[in-house]
Amino acid sequence: MIKTDLVIIGAGPAGMSAAVAARKKGIESILLLDRNPFLGGILEQCIHNGFGLHKFKEELTGPEYAYKYSKEVEELGIEYKLGTMVLDVTSDKIVTAVNEKDGVFTVQAKAVILAMGCRERSRGALNISGTRPAGIFTAGTAQKYVNIDGYLPGKKVVILGSGDIGLIMARRMTLEGAEVKAVCELMPYSGGLTRNIVQCLDDFDIPLLLSHTVTKIHGDKRVTGVTICEVDENRRPIVGKERYIECDTLLLSVGLIPENELSKKAGIKLDSITSGAVVNGNRETSVPGIFACGNVLHVHDLVDFVSDEAEIAGNAAADFIMDNCSDSAVQICLNTGFGVRYTVPQVIDQSEDTRVFFRVTDIFKKAKILVKDGDRTILTLKREHCAPGEMESVLLKKTDIEGICSNNVNILLEVEE
Amino acid sequence: MFDVVIIGAGVVGGMIARKLSGYNLSICLVEKESDVAMGATKANSAIIHAGFDAAVGSLKAKLNVRGSEMMENVARELGVKYRRNGSMVLAFNDDEKTVLDDLLERGVKNGVEGMRIIDSDELHRLEPNITDDVKYALLAPSGAIICPYELAIAAVGNAMDNGCELKTEYNVKNIINDGDCYLISDGENEIRSRYIVNCAGVYSDAIATLVGDTSFSVTPRRGEYMLVDKEFGTVVNHTLFRVPSKMGKGILVSPTVDGNLLLGPTSEDIEDKSDVSTTAPGLDTILKSVYETIKNPPSRSVITSFCGLRSTPDTGDFVINVPCERFVNAAGIESPGLSSSPAIAEYVAELLSGAGLVLEKKEDYNPIREPSHKFREMSLEEKNRFIAENPAYGRYICRCEEVSEGEIIAAIHTNPPARNLDAVKRRTRSGMGRCQGGFCSPSIVSILARELGIPFENVTKSGEGSIINFERTK
Repeated sequence: MIKTDLVIIGAGPAGMSAAVAARKKGIESILLLDRNPFLGGILEQCIHNGFGLHKFKEELTGPEYAYKYSKEVEELGIEYKLGTMVLDVTSDKIVTAVNEKDGVFTVQAKAVILAMGCRERSRGALNISGTRPAGIFTAGTAQKYVNIDGYLPGKKVVILGSGDIGLIMARRMTLEGAEVKAVCELMPYSGGLTRNIVQCLDDFDIPLLLSHTVTKIHGDKRVTGVTICEVDENRRPIVGKERYIECDTLLLSVGLIPENELSKKAGIKLDSITSGAVVNGNRETSVPGIFACGNVLHVHDLVDFVSDEAEIAGNAAADFIMDNCSDSAVQICLNTGFGVRYTVPQVIDQSEDTRVFFRVTDIFKKAKILVKDGDRTILTLKREHCAPGEMESVLLKKTDIEGICSNNVNILLEVEE
Repeated sequence: MFDVVIIGAGVVGGMIARKLSGYNLSICLVEKESDVAMGATKANSAIIHAGFDAAVGSLKAKLNVRGSEMMENVARELGVKYRRNGSMVLAFNDDEKTVLDDLLERGVKNGVEGMRIIDSDELHRLEPNITDDVKYALLAPSGAIICPYELAIAAVGNAMDNGCELKTEYNVKNIINDGDCYLISDGENEIRSRYIVNCAGVYSDAIATLVGDTSFSVTPRRGEYMLVDKEFGTVVNHTLFRVPSKMGKGILVSPTVDGNLLLGPTSEDIEDKSDVSTTAPGLDTILKSVYETIKNPPSRSVITSFCGLRSTPDTGDFVINVPCERFVNAAGIESPGLSSSPAIAEYVAELLSGAGLVLEKKEDYNPIREPSHKFREMSLEEKNRFIAENPAYGRYICRCEEVSEGEIIAAIHTNPPARNLDAVKRRTRSGMGRCQGGFCSPSIVSILARELGIPFENVTKSGEGSIINFERTK
């Protein structure tokens, strides 16, 4: 069995950033594994711009952003194996993987960072009725066909879901000569970033139909059309509001699911809301020495925040390996109150400043973000506008949370009437 | 000129082809679709029924019990996964309990062994996730599960390995009896054969009509299903049936041999023999029934839904006969057709022999087919030897089902060869997992293009017309 200090599963933005951070903290023996034959993960197919504004103060494409890190991985001499699928991770941090050169092999690590990313929800998960012809793709799969393989998978397109990948693909397909007839969104608001709605739909006159869904898929061999329908406030189709749209392609952008199959094998406790691991401020999971970061932990809007989170995990894994961890600190569980869906981390350490990320449950205007210890308000922040599609955060300073020993810390919203 | 042409490459046609490939005969299996197992065979309950359901004395009863006995051995020879998990029919009240009594009596008469009625305590001990509303169950330990398309693919593959020819995308339009042989035509190419076996599923009445047999008709009976993520594959161990009605055996909850949980089917007579669309009310019906059957049903973890058409004959029983010279019907094979399929093949061979076909055993007949899932079941050392010899087995393509490129290439080059994305999926399980091909399908399209020597944009999902990509980007 190979012995390594740190195994990182996934060499996308999270995995690379974590690897670089850990190396810079002094960890020599690192093994970065990825199933793709290249570093960079999903960024390689994200050829649009808009990456890096926070992190590098410049507008980069996905591959350019990835290159910033892959270059560093190379320069720092971090060992990686590509075309390598990880099959198993145990709570003892034994990682089993396979590739064409080494066959099936196992690695004993002192620490493991999970950075496997996420997958797209598929048609089956939505139970859309109708036939099962060619021409139904998740937006990311279509993106791969267009941007990596160089083929056009549709000419007359309806998109279900206004997540960012769906919006980006509406523009991409249009630029390639396809006609995007509509983007249907089940909710009364879009789950995507405002800038994407403006740049990818409005600029191309693509209609965004809010409170609409696809109720039936038509076509025997290839999609010939879809039935769309307006939905009521309970998201149920309204009888009589159906409409048939002729198309040859249905793209789905209906949510991302963290890929935690390996985490489950390792016995890691998962959060039922994020579908990712429950972590502390170090992004350490319920299994000591196993860390998680990036979209495998919770789905991010911007890759910049993925890189930041992965740095935290990389640094903490390095500390864990070098036995620099202080375990005397009091841990506080964060609860969510009105208007807040989840927080990451779910548990924080009283001895340090922690930025807590969270998502709101709905669109709120003129809201106050409150952090409370029981009835006592620790911190208040004002927001003109909050939306589920845009991640929020609060910085909890050590001085704010000093002396709190209860599990009554709540993050919630207060909305003006 | 063939000795026998078999029309329809579902599980029944496949089993008959395999049976006949054991004799010195020239055989051809013709199929209108792009691949084998494309009709009811790929969308049914995947159950080997014990045999208590069919009417005493019917062909269904006789062939089901015989087929169920044969299946374990057939599955072993063909390298197909098979598990005798036992089945239960659930009764929610005393009225339904009387149905269980009738089924038990019928099962005993049909020759089903080991059946008994169990009470609430025992059934909940065996299956803790059954709801408390269930009061009694008929336990049939000989019930089993299998993957029906895997079985059909393996049967056709084994028949081909033993000399049977397969013609796909051959839609029989006309049959002329030329005295001592039949001229079969799809409108373009003619095939001559001394004998014909009709196992054309929902279209078997139309094929029989071509030779003047109008004695029966087949109605497509829609059955919708939902498949649940492997995470919930062990929610139940037995196959759980509701008490049957005249429309069938009700909505079941069953584990599959591949580790998923299968829910369905609905039952609805329709007119269009090609309409395999699912419906919103159908999917609701399934969930409603499943909520009654098991506690905390994993309805949020459904990974796909699909629909199959049962070939329901108006005769009430399988139509297996010789309506005219040298022509055998194996028609109207609805449930328990999968369970009966090896016995149907045996019976059809007898009828052919009775109709004058000489059955002379082939000396070099090999009933064994290497399992398609051989690689995944190997030990670590064996896998590494395999990968060292053929590195394609170390390149994993489908992460959800853990399928390597080596297995995909093998599926493309093994009888019956996979020529499109869905055909690869049915042979290797790539794309059948929780991401439903989101990650692996572009890679498999590339592999198909390379192995078949065709352009990327010519690779289809499931044969002609089902193109995946239109053209190169600008």
